[in-house]
Amino acid sequence: MSVPASWYLVLSAVLFGIGVYGFLTKRSVLIMLMCVELMLNAVNLTFVTFARTLSDIAGQTVVFFVMVVAAAEVTVGLGITVAVFRRRRTTSVDELTEMQG
Amino acid sequence: MLALTTTWPDLLVFVTAAALIVVGALGVISVHNPVHAALSLIVTLFGVALSFLEQSADFLAAVEIIVYAGAIVVLILFVIMFLGVDRHPRDEVEPLVGQRAFAAAGAVVTVGGLIFLMAKSHWVTGVMSASTGGTPLASGQGEITQLGQSVFTTYLVAFEVTAALLIIAVLGAVQLARRDRESEVEQ
Repeated sequence: MSVPASWYLVLSAVLFGIGVYGFLTKRSVLIMLMCVELMLNAVNLTFVTFARTLSDIAGQTVVFFVMVVAAAEVTVGLGITVAVFRRRRTTSVDELTEMQG
Repeated sequence: MLALTTTWPDLLVFVTAAALIVVGALGVISVHNPVHAALSLIVTLFGVALSFLEQSADFLAAVEIIVYAGAIVVLILFVIMFLGVDRHPRDEVEPLVGQRAFAAAGAVVTVGGLIFLMAKSHWVTGVMSASTGGTPLASGQGEITQLGQSVFTTYLVAFEVTAALLIIAVLGAVQLARRDRESEVEQ
């Protein structure tokens, strides 16, 4: 018998919370992207846990697709970061204030 | 009650994975060097892969290492070194008053709410095969076989759409990087 599913769910909730805190407080776009990865991994862990608990392979399939979308998201996000850095010489989100009302 | 049904190797694996995950995640949000943050992210990803292995998701554990640690984090490291950002902006200054306090409160409320929901609902009681529509995990059959059959039958349309998504993402990244270079040349 493996470890109870609730332990993994609490672990993934903690991981998600760390990702949320980092995303809300960090200034660097690169670190914020890493925090998004942390949150995605927390959700992946939840899906795998429920796939095991409910004996349903659909949970693992969803994780597969989440990984694909995460790869695409990081590709586009880093492309935007590079484009912004070339123009503005910064990766700090505080200095990108053109759309400030 | 929980510990009685768990053998100590499983417990050891879980504690190791949890330690890797939490230490790595805290490293991502606490170190001041983006390269170190990316390395901490790799630690977290190895912890997640370990917990995938523990829960008999072998293929996903391998993909976690190969795609995340091998491709995504390396891509992030490439960009860090390409941009030459050896330190990230100061997090100590607060343009928004009380941003860190509100962020901490939001994170605590999120985690607390999630754990409260878990404690109150019946999701984690281990109701076997309460699945609706999905392919149930057959015992004795390889997990990779089932995952492949699921992806290429039930979720075939989604799989094809992800192929288009990846092409679009690659084209978009190339376009983002290339157009800016041309404008610099024109200047």
